[in-house]
Amino acid sequence: MLTVDALSKTYADGTQALSGIGLSVAPGEIVALIGGSGCGKTTLLRLIAGLDRASAGRVQVDGETIREPHPSVGVVFQEPRLLPWLTVADNVGFGLADVGRAERRARVVRALERIGLSEYGRRWPRELSGGQQQRVAIARAFVPQPRVLLLDEPFSALDAFTRRGLHDQLLDLWAESKPTILIVTHDVGEAVTLADRVVVMRPRPGRLDETVAIGLARPRDPVSARFEEAVRRVMAALDRSLRPAKPRRDLSPEGRAGWW
Amino acid sequence: MPPLRRGGLAVVLALVLPVTLALGWEVAVDTGAASGRLLPPPSRIGATLADLAASGDLLTHVAATLVRVGLGFLCGAAAGILAGAAVAMLPAVRRLIDPSLQALRAVPSLAWVPLFILWFGILETPKILLIAVGVFFPVYVGVSGAIASVDRKLVEVGRVYRLSRLALARRILLPAVLPATLVGLRTGLGLGFLFVVAAELMGASEGLGYLLVDGQQFGKPDQILAAIIAFALVGKLADTVLVALTRPLTRWQDTVRESL
Ligand SMILES: Nc1ncnc2c1ncn2[C@@H]1O[C@H](COP(=O)(O)OP(=O)(O)O)[C@@H](O)[C@H]1O
Ligand SMILES: [Mg+2]
Repeated sequence: MLTVDALSKTYADGTQALSGIGLSVAPGEIVALIGGSGCGKTTLLRLIAGLDRASAGRVQVDGETIREPHPSVGVVFQEPRLLPWLTVADNVGFGLADVGRAERRARVVRALERIGLSEYGRRWPRELSGGQQQRVAIARAFVPQPRVLLLDEPFSALDAFTRRGLHDQLLDLWAESKPTILIVTHDVGEAVTLADRVVVMRPRPGRLDETVAIGLARPRDPVSARFEEAVRRVMAALDRSLRPAKPRRDLSPEGRAGWW
Repeated sequence: MPPLRRGGLAVVLALVLPVTLALGWEVAVDTGAASGRLLPPPSRIGATLADLAASGDLLTHVAATLVRVGLGFLCGAAAGILAGAAVAMLPAVRRLIDPSLQALRAVPSLAWVPLFILWFGILETPKILLIAVGVFFPVYVGVSGAIASVDRKLVEVGRVYRLSRLALARRILLPAVLPATLVGLRTGLGLGFLFVVAAELMGASEGLGYLLVDGQQFGKPDQILAAIIAFALVGKLADTVLVALTRPLTRWQDTVRESL
């Protein structure tokens, strides 16, 4: 269980990146965060990962408050961030330092099989394509079997074909150990393909807007009517989030003039 | 054209000029068109080298030079690595010593020679010190620059997997700074050979630099040229050994030649 409670973040330069975020994600649930750039999506993920400190509020994983990176929280960044001096296999096993050699080997071999890169274990990361590198990064995050996995626009640098394949592989890995997944994306189709729930964010300061429940069984057929209907619902929510907030009585006229 | 044949052709082309000049000079001296007194023909230089080698003198001189370069290199490189690491990791140390070191770096190192002789006499100490000074700066600059420019994103991967400070240094910082450090060491070794000449010119009873001085004082251009050739070969050999020894450490970043 991942719970985020009244979480706010103001950066040192005064930028208010997040304000009063509240969210809870059930074990094994996949939630997609969607919203324009500057909404605070990355900031939210970094706070949950324990990479940055919140200004107020807290993050808990199974009741434990996160203050720094936690063994049961895995992260996949927008870039693969593979260590160029380690082979593909050693990158996949990077998080298994305190696991015995034989066990580590076995888990790495299995993970490489799952992502279809068995032949590439002894290659260097630079010999792989961007999509293959991101697959390795995802395998590296899954291998220590985190209970919560955070992905920050992991596929945004990839072409549509590659992306489709990676969605399947991500769901495949997820099905094995069923971690809670929080994935940031700005692709509505991707959100509907992967998520149980799509949460829309609004900027300045970043906060959560509407939540759209997808309610489709897996595997999902992207050309089915129900899939398209879900896409439309997310689009509509996204549209509403881009419109100005309803004028509130406590807002001064100048305040309202700020919205064009 | 296949790359191998193109490479072979490049070597042949590169040799055309020096071989033609050497043969031309050989013929000119042989036919009496030139005296070859100041610039002996290749055959005489070869004979001088062979004589020096046969008498064991060459080995003595080469060994003396190598010991000086070796000791100076070890001292300079160790100091450069320590100072570079301290400056890059401790801001207080950087503010304290980096400006002074940069100022000292601006002094052409040979300008220290008279002072070193005054302080340490003309025996081994000033020679090794001078070489160490030459080696120090490129290593210092290489190491401090490398540490300062370590990719923060990779360090963050280390944080996600909760590496201890020691593990972070060993598994991320060290491999990340190795290539630039090795470049610094290689440049330092090159400068070490440059400075050993200066060191041996300031008075020595053996060493390749001594052969140069001796050749000048007794009018033996063939000996000077033999020493120059020996310098070139020994320097190239030392560089090759350093590269070969460190090659396995940086294999991961060798450029993929087939793709060029
Ligand atoms: N380290 C930082 N220092 C100051 N401001 C930041 C920093 N990181 C992000 N911001 C600001 O916080 C806001 C949210 O950024 P971010 O979380 O990266 O948004 P998103 O990932 O949704 O694009 C932006 O206005 C951004 O400029
Ligand atoms: Mg972002």
